[in-house]
Amino acid sequence: MAKKSTPSLPGPETITRHELANGIVVLARENFSSPSVVIDADLRAGALWHGRDVAGLADFTGSALMRGTERLAFNEIYEQIESVGASLSVSAGTHTSGFYAKSLAEDLDLMLGLASDALRRPVFPEHEVERLRGEILTRLQITANDTRDRALEAFYELAYPGHPYSIVEEGYPETVKALTRQQLIDFHKTHFGPRGMVVVVVGAVPASQAVELVARHFGDWANPAQPDAPTLPALEPITGPRRTHVALPGKAQADIVLGVPGPARNHPQFLSARLANNILGVFGMGGRIGHQVREKNGLAYYAASNLSGGYGPGPWYAYAGVNPSNIEKAVGLMQREIKRFLARKVTPDEISDNKAQFIGRLPLGLETNEGVASTISSMELFDLGLDYLLRFPAMFNAITRDDILTAARTFLSAEDYVLATAGP
Amino acid sequence: MWKSIDYNLCMKQPKVLKTRLKNGLTVVLKEVRVAPVVSWWVWYRVGSRYERPGVTGISHWVEHMMFKGTRAFPASVGDRMIARDGGFRNALTWIDWTAYFETMPAEKIDFALRLEADRMRRAIFPPKEVESERTVIIAERQMNENEPSFRLGEEVQAAAFRVHPYHHEVIGDMADLHTMTRDDLYGHYLNYYAPNNAIAVAVGDFDAREMLARIEALFGKYKAVDLPKPLARPEPEQRGERRLRVTGEGETAYLQIAYHAPSANDPDFFPMAVLDSILAGASSFNMFGGGGTSNRSSRLYRAVVQTGLAANVGGGLSPTVDPYLYTLYATVRAGKTPEIVEQAIEAEIDRVRTEPVSQAELDKAIKQAKAMFAYSAESVTNQGFWLGFTEILGDYRWFETYLPRLSAVTVADIQRVAQRYLSSNHRVVGVYVPEKAG
Repeated sequence: MAKKSTPSLPGPETITRHELANGIVVLARENFSSPSVVIDADLRAGALWHGRDVAGLADFTGSALMRGTERLAFNEIYEQIESVGASLSVSAGTHTSGFYAKSLAEDLDLMLGLASDALRRPVFPEHEVERLRGEILTRLQITANDTRDRALEAFYELAYPGHPYSIVEEGYPETVKALTRQQLIDFHKTHFGPRGMVVVVVGAVPASQAVELVARHFGDWANPAQPDAPTLPALEPITGPRRTHVALPGKAQADIVLGVPGPARNHPQFLSARLANNILGVFGMGGRIGHQVREKNGLAYYAASNLSGGYGPGPWYAYAGVNPSNIEKAVGLMQREIKRFLARKVTPDEISDNKAQFIGRLPLGLETNEGVASTISSMELFDLGLDYLLRFPAMFNAITRDDILTAARTFLSAEDYVLATAGP
Repeated sequence: MWKSIDYNLCMKQPKVLKTRLKNGLTVVLKEVRVAPVVSWWVWYRVGSRYERPGVTGISHWVEHMMFKGTRAFPASVGDRMIARDGGFRNALTWIDWTAYFETMPAEKIDFALRLEADRMRRAIFPPKEVESERTVIIAERQMNENEPSFRLGEEVQAAAFRVHPYHHEVIGDMADLHTMTRDDLYGHYLNYYAPNNAIAVAVGDFDAREMLARIEALFGKYKAVDLPKPLARPEPEQRGERRLRVTGEGETAYLQIAYHAPSANDPDFFPMAVLDSILAGASSFNMFGGGGTSNRSSRLYRAVVQTGLAANVGGGLSPTVDPYLYTLYATVRAGKTPEIVEQAIEAEIDRVRTEPVSQAELDKAIKQAKAMFAYSAESVTNQGFWLGFTEILGDYRWFETYLPRLSAVTVADIQRVAQRYLSSNHRVVGVYVPEKAG
């Protein structure tokens, strides 16, 4: 019988944190229960650093980094990765870009070497840039025909007017067509650098060795031109309902997104809002919203709510996919649940069940290297502290029913909201 | 109570305990003491292949009804207790099987054991809930129908199987979703949900002997039932290519080419798996949690994506009880046609049939499989899935001996299966053409 070894929650005692001279923070956690390793790395560059006129620039640049480097051509890069059954992807978001890799532990050096090449020494081969452009345009074409994507895109447009969050990260056909190779080169040169970079390594590698390997591949990276993160503009308050419908003829189902901008991860009410969202649209089969829309009325296969968090005021919305003839009925039920949520406190059972769920599922979320890496990454990126998981149960248990009501009332509203639908 | 205990000693630790209770329930247990969690599964040998016209989709609908509660465990209680205890649960229905699982903190798993034991024979199927679920399932089908690739895949599958019940999609035909009755559903449930048609699997932080005793105490009370005679309708050999065209909204064209493939227990399955890896990239064994490799060095990627004809390409080979399909699929790039993509794929198929693959390509496929295999052991839920799935195929050791059997594949084997299975006479070619272009 295998020896019982229950790992403790990752904390300051079991996470190695080391800051390199160029500002890169390396965090490593050992796990020898399987022979693999995960790298989760973020750096401060993304769509926030460019305007709507070049929408898609950061995304295009991020994807192009793996298409050829000073040392290796596209085919050579992927032959190396796939020959060892590994994966390595580089991508750019709104606030951050980064890379993510999974491999056998013995290939950590190879993965970091390839990632370092991609981030520091890309060459943007002309034919690869054009090929990538074609792939992005095909993806945009598919997205344009997807009810969920279109409803969400329309929601962001109305919820964040004039704000960077209203811009689609992948861009629009007209902007992607117009981006030049030189713009990708310039964006990379200016914005990609070590300042604010966080690299998390979790797996069957001694922590000291993980730190040393990251230092070897990224320790001498410098980019004095790397700009500070732009400040997010103030949000225009939503007054009254804002509603839109995207017509997609030929579709069998319509999608609904109903919500508002929500709290950032560092907002003092974030955890209360997260607990509120769980009760409203997550717990069991989609919380109160799932219960009404799916279970009681049979209107949808999926009906739930989502709270994003993140660096800025990410959205808080309810969503569902329904038969087009049921849009109004489903929206009515979702609005009724939000109204009820704002009118009175959640029940003692609800708060106790939902707290138990969050605390009880900690071990499940930390079962895999991926789960641990993502948790450690959040602790560092959002300044939660390496003892966050150890403090979490007490912090979470201190939330009261009043806190939940206050958080809901701070962000949600029965009168001022955005409702976006897409369907035939 | 159990007839025999079969410790699998050929593989590395931890061991698997497999046994069968007197009432026919197969039990497969694996202690994994890495994290304080347990994944608990009950698998039934029932899926869409057990359905006749008129009740297509019934296995999947029964799966939904299983969440509507028993007298001892009303619907709200099951959801609430599992969520409250920090667990998650779900169910899956496929062509050969239906499976239910709960993954929970180890000290809480008993609730899930009791719940599954109760709903094996005591689910209620309230008529009102049947009606409410009818519209949920219709919504699920409409969600699928929103995807052009689903509509194309459904037609390709139907064209490939004229006789065998693999003919229809798991979700069922809309006509049947409108007309099936509560009695149909409940009858299907009583017919197939029985200990002698089920496999119980647990993986995680427990003592196997204690777990076995607990399963015996909870499930031993049910008697074996007479199971319906299986639908034995083997698909006759296809003698000539079938082609079809689906039109619809959007601007993107899709291509699917489906070949009749060997079943999981056919020795040819393993060279086919290597062939798939070489043509269309390595497959991940991770149904739950991350861990795969990309597909950017495969032959088909280089032939159709790198040449700018398609936005992506992939292959699908599934372990199945009866011979199913090996499907190649591609998303056609804007400005290109499905015909050009098909020609380029066809050229690669010809090449693999006429020229042996290189030893280096074979070695790479084996190495990739080894890595995928290592990743697959990282989550107890994933391990529970594979133990149950492969036990449905006949024996969980199918999974545990996968690597040695793959490693035994030769270059000649690969060419032989390419010649045998990837014949144009044995395939269905389907294209989705957007109406604007079509």
